[in-house]
Amino acid sequence: MQELVRALDLRPRRTWRGTKNMIMTVLLGGSVVVVAVPLVLVMVSVFAKGGSILFAHFPKFLTADIPPTRVAGPGMGPAIVGTLMITGMATLIAVPLGVMGAIYLHEYGGQSKFARLVRFMAMVMTGVPSIVMGLFIYVVWTLNFKLQGFGGALALACLMLPIVINASEQMLKLVPHSLREASYALGATKARTVLTIVLPAASSGIVSGSLLAVARAAGETAPLLFTIGATRVLNTSLFHGDDTALSARIFENAKEAVANAQERGWGAALALVLLTFTLTVIARVITAFATRRK
Amino acid sequence: MTGKPDLRGKGQLADKAFGGLAVGAAALVLLILALIAVTMTNRARPVLGHMGLDFFTSSTWSEHDNIFGALPFIWGTVYTAVIAVTLAVPVSLGVALFITQIAPVWLKRPLVYLIDLLAVVPSVVFGLWGVLMLAPHLNRSFLTAGIILAIMIVPIITSLAREVIETTAQADKEAAYALGATRWEMIMAAVIPHSKGGLVGAVMLGLGRAMGETIAAALVIGSSAQIALSPFKSGDSMPAVIANQWGEASDLQKSALIGLAVTLFVMTIVVNLIANRIVQRSMQKSRGA
Amino acid sequence: MVVDSAKTPAPTVAKPVVRTNAPSVPEMRPSMVDALMAAPTVYEISNLDVFYGAYKAVRGVNMTIRKNQITAFIGPSGCGKTTVLRCLNRMNDLIPGARIEGSVMYHGVDLYAPDVSATEVRRRIGMVFQKPNPFPKSIYDNIAYGPRINGISDKRRLDEIVEKSLRSAALWDEVKDRLKSSALGMSGGQQQRLCIARTIAVEPEVVLMDEPCSALDPIATARVEDLMRELKEKYTIVIVTHNMQQAARTSDCTAFYTAELDKAGQRFGQLVEFDITAKIFSNPSDIRTENYITGRFG
Repeated sequence: MQELVRALDLRPRRTWRGTKNMIMTVLLGGSVVVVAVPLVLVMVSVFAKGGSILFAHFPKFLTADIPPTRVAGPGMGPAIVGTLMITGMATLIAVPLGVMGAIYLHEYGGQSKFARLVRFMAMVMTGVPSIVMGLFIYVVWTLNFKLQGFGGALALACLMLPIVINASEQMLKLVPHSLREASYALGATKARTVLTIVLPAASSGIVSGSLLAVARAAGETAPLLFTIGATRVLNTSLFHGDDTALSARIFENAKEAVANAQERGWGAALALVLLTFTLTVIARVITAFATRRK
Repeated sequence: MTGKPDLRGKGQLADKAFGGLAVGAAALVLLILALIAVTMTNRARPVLGHMGLDFFTSSTWSEHDNIFGALPFIWGTVYTAVIAVTLAVPVSLGVALFITQIAPVWLKRPLVYLIDLLAVVPSVVFGLWGVLMLAPHLNRSFLTAGIILAIMIVPIITSLAREVIETTAQADKEAAYALGATRWEMIMAAVIPHSKGGLVGAVMLGLGRAMGETIAAALVIGSSAQIALSPFKSGDSMPAVIANQWGEASDLQKSALIGLAVTLFVMTIVVNLIANRIVQRSMQKSRGA
Repeated sequence: MVVDSAKTPAPTVAKPVVRTNAPSVPEMRPSMVDALMAAPTVYEISNLDVFYGAYKAVRGVNMTIRKNQITAFIGPSGCGKTTVLRCLNRMNDLIPGARIEGSVMYHGVDLYAPDVSATEVRRRIGMVFQKPNPFPKSIYDNIAYGPRINGISDKRRLDEIVEKSLRSAALWDEVKDRLKSSALGMSGGQQQRLCIARTIAVEPEVVLMDEPCSALDPIATARVEDLMRELKEKYTIVIVTHNMQQAARTSDCTAFYTAELDKAGQRFGQLVEFDITAKIFSNPSDIRTENYITGRFG
């Protein structure tokens, strides 16, 4: 009887293997902590330091012009307007072109040589550093048309284009082919089918993908450095005169040794973070809403 | 039926125009890339004419003497990227493994959101934090830049690593468990061998991204054109020097900076191409299996 | 062995030979046969071969489809029934690499002539698919989609068309109070009847149906079959079906397809026999047809 019990002893035992497993589990969990730490530190700094100027001087911070470097006081109005206008214009350029490009790839090109080349090049284009895009637009546009907000918009649009194409093509793939067949069988042309059946069906995915691209563009600095110039006052035109944006402003102020400028930099960082987070959250909400409806 | 039906159809103009628009939009991608290559190389020609191949091999960069050698910056770009990847990869891999293998179901989504959050923070904000909060303690150096870059590329490597790891066949994992393996042993036996290829690709994508990252590096790298082996020395990288020196650059200097941009362009594209090939090949293999 | 199916079936039908397992069909008087044969021709298919790339998937189809009749394509899976059906409204154009040799004449016009617009063809020849595929729009917008393509935008006319089509599809009473609700909220049988209503809303001449009942339960199937008999008065119907009894019950003429292997060992689809339904099911000329309908294979 005793031998039988010993042979069936299945209680967990302390072994080196078990300990090693536990150590590795802790290490893996630790890596999550390691990732969380800088995120938390950065967010705390941004909200604490940025909040102290943004909320304390609300809404002046958001509307007033930018004071000179050494002067104390809030004011990021021109940068906020600049970011919104430049990013907005970039979106107006990149999203329709990107969606049309995706339409070509999925509805017309398929696996043809040209379509495969475009898909490949779009993938290459996502890897182009943003500073290269900025210099490129400087060379082809700014040298001819001077520093202006629109140049920055063009540079951002070049960054957004491959992202929108990629995301949109994935969404088009998800639309069942049977819907297209039903439309064609009723005598609809390809253009009508795409515009009235396919795009509406893919719309939520395309919108959320585009919003993510917009959030990315709003945060970009390098493309703007060479194309929009710099200014402290509000510029409501994208085509005349220097412009500024939150990202460029943060970069400038980060380089300053003056506390006042740095303080405004944190405030601008908070504004920018709030903007990108909001766009991202809206995009996720749209995705969640769409999948729940299905 | 009176007479034959006319099946020729009326003006298909709108349909053809739409198709044309679509082709045009797609061709824009090719056009832009070609333009980048052509116009930028063109603009870099003055400095290449002036320096010849020394542009890539000389380590002197002096505006006053009109000598522009890119080597320190090529070194800085590669070195900081390598530091970044060295720091980021273990962490990213750990997070990816944790999320896919260890985390309970209710924890997975929040963790993925956490990583996404990291990806959404604009690089300039990281740069601001780095220069105002980190640099005072660590000084501006290759290492500081590497740390900031590492933080920024962790989300990319993690999400791609997650994708690759999740293609591990359930059957392989169960085989390991059935033989009495602990979870870590199963990971080493089933998940890692399967994902090796894809993980290498993910790492290279992170490398490419780190090489091209301008702003964070520009703020904390120290901006001194020296080739140093110690990570604690300050240095410079291609994107950083372009961003920092552009404002007051002479014409020839601008040409040199554009030359740097072209060099960066080529380097990052090569790295990205290799990375994508590796990732695609590993995805194909796993699907075939 | 009948290889080439007759273009004009025999004018008289022999006394039905009783066979076990074959679906039963009502007896046909010679006058009824004459009436069927006298109906005007809608489609004249001659020596039709269908290629997917280099692969000749369907070979040598010859048949005549006549007005206001129900023609059924029957046969085991994978022998070209759907392929030939989709040639009748050029839906095969959507498959890359698909092409035909031979001719498909529609009221004397070659459907595949270079100056023929496929879009125009599909406006006149409608199609109902195997799995119901309503658009993710309201019931009203699903039906109105076709008329809107044809340029009808007047709300009152559209309302009339929607009501008329839904009545014809025996769906009006069930949905008249929720026309603006999503079509996806309906049951499978209702969705398929919606697809039929959508197809006839543009007043096509021909309605092609690709196994329209295979995704439906028996009650929904019966309703669709009743619908087909009513629709026959206005439209010419060609239906692909796996259900022999359905073909025997509803169709006037039946085409039996089978799959063969050629000398190279490649599978291809072939039309074996085309005749009046009563004859196919009571006294088929080809032994393959007889085997199929008596259930000895397929």
